[in-house]
Amino acid sequence: MNRVSLTGVLCMALLLAACGGKNDASGDEGITVPKDPFPSTYTAYPNVAVFISNATIIDGTGAKIENGSLLLVDGKVSAIGKDIEAPADAKKIDASGRWVTPGIIDNHSHLGAYPSPGVSSLSDGNEISAPVTAEVWVEHSVWPQDPGFTRALAGGITSLQILPGSANLFGGRGVVLKNVPSRTVQGMKFPGAPYTLKMACGENPKRVYGYGGGRYPGGAPYSRMGNVAGYRAAWIQATDYKRKWDKYEKEGGDAPTRDLELDTLKGVLDGDILVHMHCYRADEMAQVMDISKEFGYKVTAFHHAVESYKIADKLAEYGACSSMWADWWGFKMEAYDGIKENIPLVHKAGACAIVHSDSEVGIQRLNQEAAKAWADGKKVGINIPEEEAWQWLSLNPAKSLGIDTKTGSLVPGKMADVVIWSGNPFSVYSKADQVYIDGALMYDRSDATRRPVSDFELGQPGEGDLK
Amino acid sequence: MSARHIASLIAVVASLALPVVAQPVAIVGGKVWTGTRQGTVPSAVVVIDNGRVVSVNKAGSPVPLDATVIDAGGKWVTPGLIAAFSRTGIVEVDAEETTDDTSAGKSDYSVALDAADGFNPDATAIAVTRVEGITRIVVAPEASSNLFAGQGFVADTTGAVDTEIDRKAFVLISLGEHGASLAGGSRPAAWAQLRAALDDAKAYPGRYLASNEGTALDRVDAAALAPAAKGQQLILIEANKASDLNAIMDFAEANKDLDIAIVGADEGWRVAPRLAKAGIPVIVDAFSNLPASFERLGATGENAARLKAAGVTVAIAAISDGTHNARLAMQIAGNAVANGLSHDDAMDALTTAPAAIFGLQGLGVIGPGSRADIVVWDGDPLEVTSNPDVVMIDGEVQSMVTRQSQLRDRYLKLDERERPLAYVKP
Repeated sequence: MNRVSLTGVLCMALLLAACGGKNDASGDEGITVPKDPFPSTYTAYPNVAVFISNATIIDGTGAKIENGSLLLVDGKVSAIGKDIEAPADAKKIDASGRWVTPGIIDNHSHLGAYPSPGVSSLSDGNEISAPVTAEVWVEHSVWPQDPGFTRALAGGITSLQILPGSANLFGGRGVVLKNVPSRTVQGMKFPGAPYTLKMACGENPKRVYGYGGGRYPGGAPYSRMGNVAGYRAAWIQATDYKRKWDKYEKEGGDAPTRDLELDTLKGVLDGDILVHMHCYRADEMAQVMDISKEFGYKVTAFHHAVESYKIADKLAEYGACSSMWADWWGFKMEAYDGIKENIPLVHKAGACAIVHSDSEVGIQRLNQEAAKAWADGKKVGINIPEEEAWQWLSLNPAKSLGIDTKTGSLVPGKMADVVIWSGNPFSVYSKADQVYIDGALMYDRSDATRRPVSDFELGQPGEGDLK
Repeated sequence: MSARHIASLIAVVASLALPVVAQPVAIVGGKVWTGTRQGTVPSAVVVIDNGRVVSVNKAGSPVPLDATVIDAGGKWVTPGLIAAFSRTGIVEVDAEETTDDTSAGKSDYSVALDAADGFNPDATAIAVTRVEGITRIVVAPEASSNLFAGQGFVADTTGAVDTEIDRKAFVLISLGEHGASLAGGSRPAAWAQLRAALDDAKAYPGRYLASNEGTALDRVDAAALAPAAKGQQLILIEANKASDLNAIMDFAEANKDLDIAIVGADEGWRVAPRLAKAGIPVIVDAFSNLPASFERLGATGENAARLKAAGVTVAIAAISDGTHNARLAMQIAGNAVANGLSHDDAMDALTTAPAAIFGLQGLGVIGPGSRADIVVWDGDPLEVTSNPDVVMIDGEVQSMVTRQSQLRDRYLKLDERERPLAYVKP
């Protein structure tokens, strides 16, 4: 491994003023923390220019174009509007009566880590050995042959975040994937997407540890106050670790001993790793926002966030997204106050609203989940245009994953991650006809050769069936 | 008139000034899906009196002079929907054991566990389910001590303290992977237990004269299984894998007097013609399209459509999320339509099919003499953007207030300048 170049990468990433003469002087002897030891090997699949016309286009930024056209060239959005000329060599698709949207991005999935079939040997989503396991990376659990990826693709999912479970206070790193079938996880990794860190509030950590009933390791936390002490203790350690590394990078000397767990937490404090925190209750979210201020980091998104509607103003002010279900509630106390209007109420308050799945079933129809929330908002006078509501499905989750400059809306120059729907995607009867990822046609409902089948499903009942 | 009727009559008069029991009601102008040979009447007058439907006629037909009129102009009107498989009303919060009466793994009994004994009409999920257009819930216990879950029931969703309950509507049995595990570890163990238990129940009470113990069931459980064993009670069996479904049909052929229905049936499409021939109805969850386990490898969203095409009676329910979100049945049915089921068949799957499976007389249809469980919708009932405007149970217009709507209304405006929101009491 070339240490010099890694040092350079690190300096660029950290934008450390001190990177320069000093580190150059230490040269080959400098020790650094590798930022990307499992690099993405994904590149766009072959594609031709595609010209889609006569469509109702939701562009993802909040606008709708009737009888619109969309041109995809070299895997990017090339042009969008009403008066676009079709290049002679482009494949032409008449989308009369159909709708076109950016691909859906689910920022909360456990596909691959809790795959189908849900057998014990494939259940790899929670490293419950301790309440703080920031050292684990969920990409090391993701089984790319999970048939769930193919079902999600048929539902118009073009990118997704896989997260560790919520047993731990710090569950480990998440990973952002392109939803392309692949032999390896590296072949799915979204190039250039930042890492994320999964954290969890509330009932799960104390149930798994303190009250694990002997099935689990036991010990702290037993309570919500134990949870908070656990977060703060870890951030104190991380702050100290960061100080040592910062000092070393500035002044040289003996390199601090690397610590996988603290590498991740330091990445958060450095602003390189985005925090995604499972948190249901409003009061807990408010406390977590204060913890983040105490230690100088930011919570990018609260997940599940069933009580975001109670503090939507505070969430808007802080600038955290809420990743939400349309209507899940009641399965545990912290989900007891779930309401159907949570998403539109968060949106109305000017906060960032996201529709997420946390489910291999829900991920297949996130458009319907958005439609339910949209209609329930409308019923109580929150009138949000469909094209604005679509931001819950692509641009806002893209923001939460740090990939919004690359995908999430149909803006020229962005990745051609596109879905052609059979009709209005806010209808239960509409289906994804075609799904493009980086301009390549990865799914076609009417063409079996464009419908992937995972290894697991080969030779099994229903192989290649319409699902 | 029962105390409940008087109480709710007062509530209706006070809060809604809508139909009262003694006065006829006419729902006028709606597009009425009847579930009967009348099909869908594009613009209809539905007259209701004393909790029953009197007539369904074309628009312009006479409306009784003293009738309260509900204007359903251009709106869908359907029978109250039936949640064909749920645990609504026997759980408040799943993760809190003290509020969960679905199962009892430590009980000495199994078949005799009567889920109705755990029914709580105040469960918040009941109103939440009702306001979505579901007026009847089929409620099942969950197998836990052995493959017999116990006795299921059917209730209305009024949430009234003295809610009408059709107790012991069926016995629920788990086969497949779950049943195998509960019976000792294998499918053969499950079948051995089931056959032995059936023999015990058929021999009840005779063989228990001298002893409380049978081969598989003690006296209490044998007594509880006896009606089903004699064909007098529905046996609902949970199973999904094609080979398990075939085994059930073998069993049904060998015991022709049994009344059997299947819940799950994810691979039902693979044995659909035989199910149709055997006359065994199924309750499916059309969201199930993943090989979630080795007994669901062939799961597909087209299951409902293929079963129906083969002539099987198909009901649709939110099987996997039936405690709090039985209401998802309509979305699931809509997805079944997107996967090939006709709209009429999907409506049947939420109304006439469950009524037929559970023997619910006068429910699931709007026709002369039927019970007046009726819903007026603001759109297509299967569409995810639709909601009910009016929900009527036995002729009484129901409250649309739920704990959830109260929470929503409290937090619609986050304005605490004057007082904390705890003083806002919607």
